[in-house]
Amino acid sequence: MASLKELSRKPDVLAPGHRLCAGCGAAPVVRQILMASDKPVVIANATGCLEVSTTVFPYTAWEAPWMHSAFENAAATISGIEAAYESLKRQGKIDQEINFVAFGGDGGTYDIGLQSLSGAMERGHRIVYVCYDNGAYMNTGIQRSSATPKGADTTTSPAGSVVPGKPMPRKDLTSIMVAHGIPYVAQVSASHWNDLVTKAKKAFDCGGPAFINALASCNRGWRHLPEDSIAIARLGVETCYWPLYEVSEGKVRVTYKPRNKKPLVEFLKAQGRFRHLFTPENEHIIEEMQAEVDKKWEGLLKKSEELA
Amino acid sequence: MANRTALTGNDAVAACMRQINPDVVAAYPITPSTDIVQSFAQFVADGLVKTNLVTVESEHSAMSATIGASQAGARSMTATSSQGLALMWEMLYIAASLRLPIVMPVVNRALSGPINIHCDHSDSMGARDSGWIQIYCENAQEVYDNLLQAVRIAEHPDVLLPVMVCQDGFITSHALENLFTEDDEFVRQWVGEYKPDRYLLDVDKPMTIGALDLQDFYFEHKRSQAEAMRNAPAVIAKVAEEFGAKTGRKYGFFEEYKLDDAEIAIVVLNSTAGTARPAVDALRKDGIKAGFLKPRVFRPFPHEMIAQALKHVKVIAVMDRADGFNGIGGPMFFEIRSSLYDLPKRPVVLNYVYGLGGRDVTTNDIKAVYNDLAQVAKTGKHDTLASYLGVRE
Repeated sequence: MASLKELSRKPDVLAPGHRLCAGCGAAPVVRQILMASDKPVVIANATGCLEVSTTVFPYTAWEAPWMHSAFENAAATISGIEAAYESLKRQGKIDQEINFVAFGGDGGTYDIGLQSLSGAMERGHRIVYVCYDNGAYMNTGIQRSSATPKGADTTTSPAGSVVPGKPMPRKDLTSIMVAHGIPYVAQVSASHWNDLVTKAKKAFDCGGPAFINALASCNRGWRHLPEDSIAIARLGVETCYWPLYEVSEGKVRVTYKPRNKKPLVEFLKAQGRFRHLFTPENEHIIEEMQAEVDKKWEGLLKKSEELA
Repeated sequence: MANRTALTGNDAVAACMRQINPDVVAAYPITPSTDIVQSFAQFVADGLVKTNLVTVESEHSAMSATIGASQAGARSMTATSSQGLALMWEMLYIAASLRLPIVMPVVNRALSGPINIHCDHSDSMGARDSGWIQIYCENAQEVYDNLLQAVRIAEHPDVLLPVMVCQDGFITSHALENLFTEDDEFVRQWVGEYKPDRYLLDVDKPMTIGALDLQDFYFEHKRSQAEAMRNAPAVIAKVAEEFGAKTGRKYGFFEEYKLDDAEIAIVVLNSTAGTARPAVDALRKDGIKAGFLKPRVFRPFPHEMIAQALKHVKVIAVMDRADGFNGIGGPMFFEIRSSLYDLPKRPVVLNYVYGLGGRDVTTNDIKAVYNDLAQVAKTGKHDTLASYLGVRE
């Protein structure tokens, strides 16, 4: 594992000057993932914030080959690119070693892109799919997705006098990807860069399909100050709302176990999207959320073979 | 050297694809085009092609992966029908706008609903404005020949547009027909090695593809895409000329059958032209000056040439195997009728929607249309502009 100093000297594939919001959690995720590749990368990107903010024609923030075609098909696109590479390599028309990576938000991954993601993973392409999960359709203005946590106030699951935000819990996509039986699946957060870069390297080197789910704050949607993005992501990890773990060749390993697991309210109270839950009539929702987090964390620890 | 053989329309496609030997094929099964992918998968399994076959989980992903592969620098193909083409819709426009020379055999089948697996042209007609070149085929021979020409047209630097090669579901795709195929070596030389100038896998020259294109540039990009379609006719003609010189099989933008002196004519696509041939022959025996025009290239639409070919005809019926649901008639009707608008003396142009969902159309049905046209030619009167052929009202 390279030191932070060494990593900081690696040329950025995502160049500065892009138009992502200040404090956007997607940019550090992308930069840290790409730092882990010791080969040139070719990137596919789903429609979303990352795509629109980095490529306003005639400008681009990408220093590597990058392609976007539509919303739901980043996994299919990268599998076509990888298939072309395998074909041309086999024919001796290309000799360079290349890593293939796709980026999509939770809308493009959990929802509209789930089918193409599942297909690409089942087919065994040598690709790394990275979801930057900010828990809503942020690009179109903070609409709920299946990654939106229970209770969150979004523009299509607004907190009202009758309905207190999104009624149902989030989809556990990481587990769904584990169920695909692919060589490598991991959950990461940019707040834990060492863990993230280590996992990204494993993903690139696993020889088959890999899936990485990255917690990425959106300060517009989560409603916090831009400078707090990484701190809030860290709270997500410290409360075990977003456990850091990996499943490598079927072996589950929790890669970070908080010394003192913090109560979920610390993660919730830092964000405006949960503000309405802090009333006597909605307190039970926080209790339900805490119970869900505890259950999942305990279950994960039981499955984990080796505690970090 | 040409070899005489017997193949179904689907197997003519598969055989041709084996010879084209694309770098990548990404495909998904759908009736009636499934045989193409099945036969091709066997070629892959038997090591007869170098192709990386990607058996995707949907047609949307088939087109998406084909687009990715093509952009990456691989000669890439797929095939589909009906709902599959419908599911690709979003990506069809993107393939064309990225100027990717993808060749896609389309086996025409009715669109749902109600669900139906048989032939009509509602699938590819709906995609006529997606920016793809469209070529229509009467029989297995034309399927084979047009597919070979499509590769050259698509990849020509003046064009760089995707091409659909359409044939009639079941009628052509599943019927065994005699045809001539060319030697593998001929095809290898005919298509040549695919060497794109710029491609995504060239990591030393990174490029950003599919950028957000706003008010400043989108219009110019669409304008240059439109220009590529305007460049296509010259290339299509040149490729057909070379193909004719090498194989002896000649192709134009359309076929004219006994049209030179025709007073009444129909315009008809694909296999129904084969049905119309004996109808015209029979009418000619009775001294009736009947003929037909069978469009081959529907996109780009050769409107001036069509106008020249039809200008002397008194009454024309445009046969549409797709309805337009516009309150008037089928899609080809408007295109043909509009092409004739600038003629000093315009023919009467009527429309028949026929054969939806695989409804059989016989030589007698076609004769009945010609009888209607003869009547109109004689009286100068017609009751309706557009009507249906062979439907229970």
